[in-house]
Amino acid sequence: MALLDRFPALAGVDLSVESGEMVCLRGPNGAGKTTLLRACAGLVPVRGSRAEVLGYDVVADRRSVRRHIGMLGHRAPLYRDLRVDDQLRHCAALHRASDAEASTAAERFSLDGRLMEVAIRRLSEGQQRRVALACLTIARPQLWLLDEPHAGLDCASRDALDDLLGDAVAAGATVMFATHETGRARVAAARQVTLAGGRVSADPGVGSSDDVA
Amino acid sequence: MIETPEPDLRRQAQPPSMTGSVATRVLGSIGLAAAAVMAILALWISPADAVQGDAVRLMYVHVPSIWVAYGGFALTAFASMRVLWRTRGGIGGTEGVIADRQARHWDRVAGAAAELGVMFTALTLVTGSLWGKVTWGSYWQWDARLTTTVLLFVTYLGYLALRRLPTESRARARRSAVMALIAVVNLPIVHYSVDWWRTLHQEASLSLGPGGDRNYTGEMYWTLLYSWATFTVVALWIGMHRYRVLRLEELAEEAALEELLSVRRGEHSSEPSESDR
Amino acid sequence: MWREIWLICRKDLTVERRARVTLIQIVPTVLLILVVFAFAFDANPSLLGAGAGGLFWVAVLFGTVLGAKRSFDIEAEGGNLDALRLGGLSPAAILWGKAAALAIQMAAVALCTAAGLVVLFSVTVSDWLLLVTAAVCGTAAFSICGCLYGAMTVGLRSADTLLPLLLIPVAAPVLLAGTRAFDVALGTSADQGWSWTALLAVVLVTYVAVGWAAAGPLLEDA
Repeated sequence: MALLDRFPALAGVDLSVESGEMVCLRGPNGAGKTTLLRACAGLVPVRGSRAEVLGYDVVADRRSVRRHIGMLGHRAPLYRDLRVDDQLRHCAALHRASDAEASTAAERFSLDGRLMEVAIRRLSEGQQRRVALACLTIARPQLWLLDEPHAGLDCASRDALDDLLGDAVAAGATVMFATHETGRARVAAARQVTLAGGRVSADPGVGSSDDVA
Repeated sequence: MIETPEPDLRRQAQPPSMTGSVATRVLGSIGLAAAAVMAILALWISPADAVQGDAVRLMYVHVPSIWVAYGGFALTAFASMRVLWRTRGGIGGTEGVIADRQARHWDRVAGAAAELGVMFTALTLVTGSLWGKVTWGSYWQWDARLTTTVLLFVTYLGYLALRRLPTESRARARRSAVMALIAVVNLPIVHYSVDWWRTLHQEASLSLGPGGDRNYTGEMYWTLLYSWATFTVVALWIGMHRYRVLRLEELAEEAALEELLSVRRGEHSSEPSESDR
Repeated sequence: MWREIWLICRKDLTVERRARVTLIQIVPTVLLILVVFAFAFDANPSLLGAGAGGLFWVAVLFGTVLGAKRSFDIEAEGGNLDALRLGGLSPAAILWGKAAALAIQMAAVALCTAAGLVVLFSVTVSDWLLLVTAAVCGTAAFSICGCLYGAMTVGLRSADTLLPLLLIPVAAPVLLAGTRAFDVALGTSADQGWSWTALLAVVLVTYVAVGWAAAGPLLEDA
């Protein structure tokens, strides 16, 4: 169970995810998808139940797990006053990544020369999301938690995102995302878990994801 | 302290519906009787001061109030330390549940004690300025003690304001515990800087006034001591009720949570396998 | 640890370099306080000269309230603080990085305030060393205090209105000691200026200790 300002957003979720798996969370608005992602990141306290993420008990200690997690919420976690290159440099320093890694990540989401010098608050939602995804790429987390990652992205960026998630899973990381997307191959291939009323209402079980190259 | 911190893992079958108990009734009766005796002592038995006349009787409210307030703030600091100790990370399982209960207990103690402290500090400030009006001819003097007291008052007013902001209860408990401890660490600094400021810049001619360093003897001394005891009993009595009100609020919240949970789970069955297209 | 502190500090200073909120909002506000006080004292030169030391610290204190608010606003926006937590930064590094950046910005505010006092109130300095030492200690103490309370109220509703109520009473000793030291340095009083500056240093050391202890409980949760 997890509370959001006294509201039980999660009312007993029974879910177990293998490492290297890709899980797609579905469900109506307010089903608890975002809260589940935040609870996995150790950002929302979990009460009265057992929860283990990457081998860390997040009920007793939700701090140790954080450094292994990359999270993208509804709003991109970016400093709106920084320029794109400032933000990427900050992320690279934060996650001890080299400049080369940073520029590879930027290329992946086609953040090119002109865009690099624009203040983030001047970018569109979709562009901001691309910067945030580039930051996540730089972070190379073990567990990716993405809240509607496709929202607001153009076609090329959606493909880039799907490739990125594929690469992450191939490298042994676990990916969990919430989405309303239906048409995409990568999304359809993931294990489809449906939430409703703060609980799991449908789950085909571990290993039900198809391997899509 | 106010209520035993021993964990009670059994859920009470019937949650308490009121804040009164045998202990508070006894304490309340003693407090009221003592207050009545105190009024007689302070207003009739103890003599008027040679210099200040009857105004000195304000002392029997003024001085014990600030003593009780200091006690309240000290209790807040102690309880806050316990809160931080019991909410540190890495406590899981049954031990975690116990730690959580103890943290909630100490958080309530801190809150109730700080409220008492603020209330009695206000009483001190009000009686002090009335006393000041009579003896100095003005409600306020930039005397070291007054200035320190008013800063103390505002600091804990801020503490109570911080407590009122709605957030997750554990985070709130930790946040306000840190604030209470900062306030305590800061207190001696405030005290000495203000003291130094006033003694350097103004003759400390206020020994006759509120809280002045006069040595009171005989009946005045005993009356003062008696008033202090009375105030302590009354403060304990109010504090216990306040603590229990806070506890009832939490119980009510938990009950509401159970209800919300069942509603939330109901959503689940009423919307089977949402395809969400 | 130092690397992490520098990381946060550099990030905050870059934000300031791009947005210039301190330079084009806080500094003018602080100068405005000086002007408004001139109205309050009916532009009486002797009164203004005598009160210049105190005015400096009142202005810098209000500048710090604004600066601390701004410093944690950028973290609350869009979940940036969460991103820092997920980056595995220690709470102490976040607090000290932000405090360092705030102190640098407040030093600029203090410089501008001092310049404003010289121009508007024709203040003359009789002891530069005392003035600078007191200013450095006081500004640093304000900044640490501001960051502590900024961290305490970050992400809370109505934090904007609560921050001054929490910060000003705690900062009162700095205000007092700074004012006394400045009065001596500006030659308007023959007090023990260095003793007051020593008090400022004691306060600074205390806040550093408090910051170390409080960073964890304040920034890990919430």
